[in-house]
Amino acid sequence: MKAALGASPIRPPAPATKESSNPVAGLQTRLEVRTLNFFYGSKHALFDVSLIVPTNRVTALIGPSGCGKSTLLRTLNRMHETVKGARLEGEILLDGEDILSQDVTRLRRRIGMVFQRPNPFPKSIFDNIAYGLRVNGFRGSISEAVEKSLRRAALWEEVKDALHKSAYALSGGQQQRLCIARALAVDPEVLLLDEPCSALDPISTAKIEELLFAIKDNCTMVIVTHNMQQAARSSDFTAFMLEGKLVEYQGTEKLFTTPSDPRTEAYITGRFG
Amino acid sequence: MSAWAGSAHLKIRHGISYFMLGLAGLCALVVVGALFYILGYLMKNGGTSINLDFFTQLPKPVGETGGGMANAIVGSMKLLLLASLIGVPVGVIGGIYMAEFSGKISAFILQYTADLLNGVPSIVIGILAYTLVVLPMKHFSAIAGGFALGIMMIPITLRSTEEFLRGVPLALREGSMALGASKWRTIVSVVLPAAYRGILTAILLSLARVAGETAPLLFTALNNRYWSPGWNQPIASLPYMVWNYAISPYDDWHRQAWAAGLVLLAMVLLTNIVARVVLARGSNAMPR
Repeated sequence: MKAALGASPIRPPAPATKESSNPVAGLQTRLEVRTLNFFYGSKHALFDVSLIVPTNRVTALIGPSGCGKSTLLRTLNRMHETVKGARLEGEILLDGEDILSQDVTRLRRRIGMVFQRPNPFPKSIFDNIAYGLRVNGFRGSISEAVEKSLRRAALWEEVKDALHKSAYALSGGQQQRLCIARALAVDPEVLLLDEPCSALDPISTAKIEELLFAIKDNCTMVIVTHNMQQAARSSDFTAFMLEGKLVEYQGTEKLFTTPSDPRTEAYITGRFG
Repeated sequence: MSAWAGSAHLKIRHGISYFMLGLAGLCALVVVGALFYILGYLMKNGGTSINLDFFTQLPKPVGETGGGMANAIVGSMKLLLLASLIGVPVGVIGGIYMAEFSGKISAFILQYTADLLNGVPSIVIGILAYTLVVLPMKHFSAIAGGFALGIMMIPITLRSTEEFLRGVPLALREGSMALGASKWRTIVSVVLPAAYRGILTAILLSLARVAGETAPLLFTALNNRYWSPGWNQPIASLPYMVWNYAISPYDDWHRQAWAAGLVLLAMVLLTNIVARVVLARGSNAMPR
């Protein structure tokens, strides 16, 4: 029944929402989550989550700690499979194809991920970027691709003379931009960002946000954030989650100015969470 | 009256604190003292026999003074090389399995087996090598000795490889997997390079540990008073020479035994120092 509903492109993204207008109507769909239920062992972590992520837009997931936003994000490129006992029911479609039936390494090339803490590899700056290219059998010029990615991540000018130095010599903010460059190097269609600025100072955060803005013309992004200002500044659409359920999904401006659900309003006005 | 105990109580507390501090210091002194006493004793008794000949000459027959243990020094190195060829790959690859692939139960069984193997008396390992290698070959050989020492290296390299791999942050693995790398590729290209200094140190320490083993060599490598060509003949080793010369009735041989002990200890100390330097350099400067 729900799957049949999900086939309609103008269906509201969240069945739980009373709101009838579809925030992503008229936009091309990149990722579609259909009635997703997720379990850690016997713990039910996500309840009937449905969400449409439009192409080349930034979609933010907000909500209090433990609401399931990171869990939802990790299912999108099947990183949840690294956790023992994790189980998923429902469908996730990338460009209309079920991601669960695809080869996982190929899927992860198409859907990249940036983590909460910068996690450069214990290699040189150059090799950090080149790694993903080599792993995926890139046939072109690796050094050109490395330069291109570093330029896209606005890091090239800072590191061009130190490409063969250890990535650990960079500052935290630079390391995170390196991780974004590393993810961009394999040319993903979607970039998932799991609280990418929570370990960074405000200046580094601003740089990352500028960077996200610059790349969103040809990359779909889903960003999990604790920081509501960040969601408001850098996203086009925002989903508010609570206790494993998607409460409300709207255009970012609408969600932060005229939320339709009282729980959303309570959260964004700081009454809890 | 205050609710808290007076200054007498405070004195007792300070007294206990100083006493325990002194006790801990004394124990530390005993440990360091024992090492320096052994080192000093070896120097005093063996130092005079250490000269160029000791490193370049073969042992002289009884009655002739001088001669050296060149064959035993080279023999020990050959045995250690053979031991590493067995102990390092089995230990490291087994450690990778334990840290990365095994389930809870198989990891538990493997850990306990490795710890038990580590506790097996070295003479028993010697018997094992005798049964498995010497008997079928019908003669003592360097291969048999290297096999016995290699078996002894396995539990140490296995457990330390496992521990150093487990110490690599999950974030690094996830970063690699998220780029589309397979699990094996992630282990080889990201996890191992992050842990390799620790693993290398563990290998050096396990080498230092088996370098001094005598019991497993008694009926595997045996001994040789001459050069041992190739790998298929009995071979001399420093610990065996120490044992052999120390129980002999000749004063000159006793001095040689002390000298061999000193050289052995120096080799082990040197390996330990190299291992520590490697580990210290690896703490923040990561490899390319």
